[in-house]
Amino acid sequence: MFEASVYVTLKKGILDPEGKAVKNSLSSMGYDQVEEVKTGRFFLLKLKAQDRATAEEELRQICEKLLVNVVLEDYTFELREVDR
Amino acid sequence: MRFGVVFFPGANAADCYYVIDQVIGHPVSPIQPDERELVGFDCIILPGGFSYGDYLRAGALAGATPVAEQIADFAEQGGLVLGIGNGFQILLNTGLLPGAMRRNENLRFRCHDVFLRVENSKTPFTNRYKQGEVIKYPIAHGEGNYYIDAEGLAQLEHNGQVVFRYCNEEGELVAAANPDGSVGNIAGICNVKGNVLGLMPHPERCSEEILGNTCGLRLFLSVLDWWGIHTQEGVMAHE
Repeated sequence: MFEASVYVTLKKGILDPEGKAVKNSLSSMGYDQVEEVKTGRFFLLKLKAQDRATAEEELRQICEKLLVNVVLEDYTFELREVDR
Repeated sequence: MRFGVVFFPGANAADCYYVIDQVIGHPVSPIQPDERELVGFDCIILPGGFSYGDYLRAGALAGATPVAEQIADFAEQGGLVLGIGNGFQILLNTGLLPGAMRRNENLRFRCHDVFLRVENSKTPFTNRYKQGEVIKYPIAHGEGNYYIDAEGLAQLEHNGQVVFRYCNEEGELVAAANPDGSVGNIAGICNVKGNVLGLMPHPERCSEEILGNTCGLRLFLSVLDWWGIHTQEGVMAHE
């Protein structure tokens, strides 16, 4: 059994209005030290796979077919072997 | 010639169904998301709304249903596919149309009438409009900020795939007329073959006189015209 942490972020150059809105709120709260906020998405998956390479390949497909909009977003993942 | 309207949970499918069934009086059937066989349809409509609660991304989960796969095959074979609002987002997620939707630039859900300029009146969906005509449709979306990279945009324009753009009443493509920040004021695009159209504004919500606007009816009547079907008197949109 594997556990995967998937991080999805906007590609470089894609506007992030949510991040900008959060940054503005932080500024108005007095946190002027914050220069930039980027929003993203986090998934935690548990998946069955024979071995690490298979898990990685399947995870890549899952990301590109559903979890990630590859037009706008990049992703990275960390894969760990876990007990049930 | 038969229409099909996909009833995803959370979508406003009944509006499209009503226009075809009651306003125009043409054969139409509901299609369920788990449908694995599409037989006897000529034009399939993916309606607006919030399919699957817009979880993950707008249109992402609807794009991963069995019927979405069937619709991709149907489009490949030349069948007409119309995606309105959320339906457009689904078509982008399935790759039937290029590009992607971002949150509206000002982060507001925009719900009001807009003016559109018809950029391509030769598609099966727009032949009842004049090239360059300015029409009024309502919008209602929070995630309609169309994005495509510069190269993709050049291709869309070169191929005549830009079908509708947001404009002012005079038909000028000004930034103030762009409700969501879409690249090139784009409100609707088609695929290269022209048989798949996606647009954010809602023609089905301006297809009946009681609603004060019948601009949208001509989009549906265009489809019938394209099939060479004369519509009965009494449903002709005011020109």
